[in-house]
Amino acid sequence: MGRETPKQQQQISYTVEQLVAVNPYNPDILPDLENFVNEQVSSQTYSLEANLCLLRLYQFEPDRMSTQIVARILVKALMAMPAPDFSLCLFLIPERVQMEEQFKDLIILSHYLETGRFRQFWDEAAKSRHIVEAVPGFEQAIQTYAIHVLSLTYQKIPRPVLAEAINIEGLSLDKFLEHQAANSGWILEKGHGRGQLIVLPRNEFNHPELKKSAGDTVPLEHITRIFPILG
Amino acid sequence: MAANYDYEEAPGTYDDVNRQDLGYDPNFVPDSVKSFVVHLYRHIREKNVYEIHQMYEISFQTLSNRLFKDTPWPSVDAVAHYVDNDQVFCLLYREMWFRHLYARLSPTLKQRIDSWDNYCSLFQVVLHRVVNMQLPNQWLWDMVDEFVYQFQSFCQYRAKMKNKTEQEIALLRQFDQAWNVYGVLNYLQAFVEKSNIIQILEQEKDGGEQFTATDGYDYSGGSNVLKVLGYFSMVGLLRVHCLLGDYQTGLKCLLPIDISQQGVYTSVIGSHIATIYHYGFANLMMRRYVEAIREFNKILLYIYKIKQFHEKSPQYEQILKKNEQMYALLAICLSLCPQAKLVEETVNSQLREKYGEKMSRMQRYDDEAFAIYDELFSYACPKFITPSAPSFEEPLVNYNQDAYRLQLKLFLYEVKQQQLLSGVRTFLKVYSTISLGKLANYMEVDEPTLRSILFTYKHKTHAVDSDGKIISNADLDFYIDDDMIHVVESKPVKRYGDYFLRQIVKFEGMITDMDRIKLE
Repeated sequence: MGRETPKQQQQISYTVEQLVAVNPYNPDILPDLENFVNEQVSSQTYSLEANLCLLRLYQFEPDRMSTQIVARILVKALMAMPAPDFSLCLFLIPERVQMEEQFKDLIILSHYLETGRFRQFWDEAAKSRHIVEAVPGFEQAIQTYAIHVLSLTYQKIPRPVLAEAINIEGLSLDKFLEHQAANSGWILEKGHGRGQLIVLPRNEFNHPELKKSAGDTVPLEHITRIFPILG
Repeated sequence: MAANYDYEEAPGTYDDVNRQDLGYDPNFVPDSVKSFVVHLYRHIREKNVYEIHQMYEISFQTLSNRLFKDTPWPSVDAVAHYVDNDQVFCLLYREMWFRHLYARLSPTLKQRIDSWDNYCSLFQVVLHRVVNMQLPNQWLWDMVDEFVYQFQSFCQYRAKMKNKTEQEIALLRQFDQAWNVYGVLNYLQAFVEKSNIIQILEQEKDGGEQFTATDGYDYSGGSNVLKVLGYFSMVGLLRVHCLLGDYQTGLKCLLPIDISQQGVYTSVIGSHIATIYHYGFANLMMRRYVEAIREFNKILLYIYKIKQFHEKSPQYEQILKKNEQMYALLAICLSLCPQAKLVEETVNSQLREKYGEKMSRMQRYDDEAFAIYDELFSYACPKFITPSAPSFEEPLVNYNQDAYRLQLKLFLYEVKQQQLLSGVRTFLKVYSTISLGKLANYMEVDEPTLRSILFTYKHKTHAVDSDGKIISNADLDFYIDDDMIHVVESKPVKRYGDYFLRQIVKFEGMITDMDRIKLE
């Protein structure tokens, strides 16, 4: 089964998303939703809404649940971090299913990511290659999440900390840093004695002075309330 | 009205209708009841909404308290001939009949099934026929609310398979469509769609439609029933999704209603409270603590001000119960996300009174703390359900607690992940800068562990909102430069703009009042 052309892909996902919007409480769409999960995996797209819809249908008819599909949904949800999608999915999966080995592994992976334990995460992910390699884009997605957390936390980050978080070392890391410096505004500095320091782009979370003072702005709708008085 | 949520279901045999309470004759119609149905029927035909509301809210309660304290009302067959055997009126009467039964007595399985049939018939009429009625919002809200409540009640009942009699099991097998989850969801969805309510609310924004302005009532000779049922069904869908544990979809169903404004949902106190309770709970489970705190704060302040006016109403007990539950949820939110400045003084003092001590214990994150989180969550959470059909294989088990246990477990799991944050917060409060090494020392962990803790702090205090944006809800923040932590405390922002706006409106009001005074 070859990959569908982009135009065909678009048609199928449009239809599934329509189904979810218009007729979500319908057991007949279960096969379409399952296909759509596989679609998301192979084409590196993602739809939380469709996946929640499927998990709900599995909840209504547990005999039709495919644990393989559920595992794929969870991996995709993990890739959506920092969004809480993984726990939103877990809320809909029965406890006895969550006790199965592959789900316990995924929950551990999620736990490590939620608590910033990146080294432990990559170690564990290496052991669960069969799960994570089955979903293309997994590594990059987690690296993106790691960088997100680092960007919230650090103005200047030592190279070893970064390396551990994104699981890239040596020459590959050099290339990665070059790429980020060229495209994402990272600046490479020499740290005092201990090696490289990477300056991450400024944002309101690692540079609090950039935080927009929401208190000073007044929305237009509020001003309209006094128009009759002014007028 | 949606009855007491802690309702204990007593096992009953399925053909027990007449033996339910000694001396109950379903065919006996007291004069006051005859008068009641005749007048109600007339008011409905004449579209006299005010009178309907009085009879529905007050007379029905009075008669129930006086004559039907612990028996059902007369059967619909007994009263039908007083109202021309009008089909729609009979369906409405039966709906009230069952609601009364659920509130005062314990429904048998057969009664549960019959109630489902009645809702189906009633809803079919509203959805597929032109219904020329105007009913009070209170009644329409109660219909949706009760519908969802009876569904929840049925799922709880059905999940207790252990002590079911043979007849009950036979009935369950036979009527497997009764209260099935697809039916419930699809009816609510059908109301939303057929009423076109989402488009109506959209068009209302630029004056294309009139709905909120008329409280949902139709002043051009039409009916408000479908539209308002469609509107309340959105809240109904939010409720059902919360019961299933699907918070994301629940919130999505509520989206067309702007809860930052007054609306038809605030026209009925029960609807207002149910909406905000579930909205807040869903946000809590999605880790959007600030949003939950804001909404709980608003509604708790509102309830504090108005509850005295509802002392005589049949909803009073429910209002009080939900009030207490929301204080518990607020205590949880504030323990996980300290944002004291978001809470109004009155609400805060009530909160301190009820949960002050527990909150300080929750923030210690030891075993005792988890026990309190467990206790408050269990007290305040919705009655989660397992929607799937039961297994009739031996041995029969009770699985009515499964859904609740799962939600509780996952919630406590999240709490556990935040365990170390309280410790780090204490230190951040004291230092303006501190090296990673030193802080690791004070906290008695190694540096990599400290880094993980700091990452966790950042991740957990920066939630993803409904638009996918990152919002910081940290009262205390920091950034790291190489190996130095710099602490930043967020200053409370003075809202000058808001202040001036409020004063302008206030003074204008005063001037208007003064103009009105005529010196004698």
